[in-house]
Amino acid sequence: MPDEVRVEITRDEDMLPARAQGRALALELGFSRTDATLIATAISEIARNIIVHVGKGEITMQPVQEESRYGLVVTATDSGPGIADLDAALEHGYASRGGLGLGLPGARRLMDDFDVQSERGTGTTITMTKWRVRDELELLRERRRLLDEKHHGKHRSDGAGP
Amino acid sequence: MTAETGTSERPAASDESLLPELVAYLRENRTGLREQWVERITAAGLLTAMTPDEIFSEVTAVYDNYVAALETGSVETLQAYARDLSERIIPRGVDTDEVLGIVLLLRDILARSLFVHYQDNPELLHRILDAYEPAANRIAVTVGVSFVEERERVIREQQDAIRELSTPVLQVRDRLVVLPIIGMLDSQRARQLTEQLLGAIQANRARVVVLDITGVATIDRTVANHLVQAVEAARLMGASAIITGISSKIAQTLVDLGVDLEQMRTVGDLQGGLEEAERLLGYRGEAAATDQRT
Amino acid sequence: MSVAILRQGDALIAAIQSDLTDAQVLALRDDLSERVGRHRLHAVIVDVSALDVIDSFVARSLRSMAITTRLRGAETLVVGIQPDVAIAMAHFDLNLKPLRTAKDLDEALVLLGERVEEDGGAG
Repeated sequence: MPDEVRVEITRDEDMLPARAQGRALALELGFSRTDATLIATAISEIARNIIVHVGKGEITMQPVQEESRYGLVVTATDSGPGIADLDAALEHGYASRGGLGLGLPGARRLMDDFDVQSERGTGTTITMTKWRVRDELELLRERRRLLDEKHHGKHRSDGAGP
Repeated sequence: MTAETGTSERPAASDESLLPELVAYLRENRTGLREQWVERITAAGLLTAMTPDEIFSEVTAVYDNYVAALETGSVETLQAYARDLSERIIPRGVDTDEVLGIVLLLRDILARSLFVHYQDNPELLHRILDAYEPAANRIAVTVGVSFVEERERVIREQQDAIRELSTPVLQVRDRLVVLPIIGMLDSQRARQLTEQLLGAIQANRARVVVLDITGVATIDRTVANHLVQAVEAARLMGASAIITGISSKIAQTLVDLGVDLEQMRTVGDLQGGLEEAERLLGYRGEAAATDQRT
Repeated sequence: MSVAILRQGDALIAAIQSDLTDAQVLALRDDLSERVGRHRLHAVIVDVSALDVIDSFVARSLRSMAITTRLRGAETLVVGIQPDVAIAMAHFDLNLKPLRTAKDLDEALVLLGERVEEDGGAG
């Protein structure tokens, strides 16, 4: 399982590496090209949200593994003023400053799970996830790989071979 | 064998140093042991899908690879061979139990032969087996796993082929592509359909794509969304999508879901859809003179 | 640099070569708009085939550019949207109809030549 990736968002330019790293991590986790693009695009939306409305924040990308699926959890946190009208923001996106981006609704459509926690005066945390189902063959291979590692480890200590 | 007395006079050697002796023994007795193996394979009713000649040639290769793996401790060559062998025999209907069966038979034959050969020196026999057993087991596992992995690769390929076949992409005219969809359209298939549609636009330089869903009985909200997105994505790539064959049931679903049907080009049946497509491409009208269709 | 702009007859071709920041997107939009006015151009072709992400901001900027250049007498065509990018854009549920599109540069030039008002990217 690859490590978590953390990107600080303080200026316009930071969106680009955030997207690129999100895409790379998604591909590493076996997401399709299409899903990797959806994830990168969603990251772009929330990164812009941070830059335009708060000025500074952080995005982390955390791989998760469940029994039957892999996921990429993207979290955007900032210590800004919080979202005044959460419902409106989720519906229409922030219409105020730099209002060309869709922000939250855009990201929500692109991802599978989407959650926003925002408190006036404290900040906002957006958590969004994309899932990838692990099919039968993949699960079998995984199990076998683990068994093989155990097996190999045993033989190395036995010293079988020259 | 003179080697035997030689080894009993050596100071207590580690198991590893016995491997060369073991390997030398197996090589010297190759012919006899191999024959035994073939006999046991036939007696066990394994590899019936292969001719005696084929069995002999494969058995020789497996034996030699087996011994080489014991000698070098590396299973890489063996793995490569096993995969290659699997690729050849899987289409012949050879199954996992047969492959494991013959490898285990070989292991047993070699072990028995060692018993017999070193029976006068139990202590040496013990150490030879200590060297042999883990290596032999590892070989059996390697061959078995390689075979299974090859089967899985074949299954995967077949799955992909089925998936592609289930939504063929038909290039019917220059710039015109038809995707006939038959059967149940679920979310996964719809997603795949979208990618295939766009891939067709990319590869075939299609300007119009006709998506025929005459063969689809119902769709749900998610699938409807995928269809709408597919049409929009096609447009963004510079192509028009026409959806044909919408059943009244699906039409009702789309209306209930609030899908903006004004945005979608729909035509009742495939024939009509193709005509519309040709019109869009400018084939009709001036081309009417050369049009041989009724 | 990030965008290569060249003239072909009375058309402007802007090839975006790498990911752009928001500021660069807006600057491009304004630059193209200004050139259209200055040289009385009839078409602007924006080639986005190098972009592997087009988010709602870029999409809307392209759309607003299409609308404003039309007001100044020029057609804007966006070409080269990659399949997975197109899928992502389709998720936005933005009305991007004002944005005419074509698969690639050749297609775009043909379309502009034909001046056909079909749905392959109709406004």
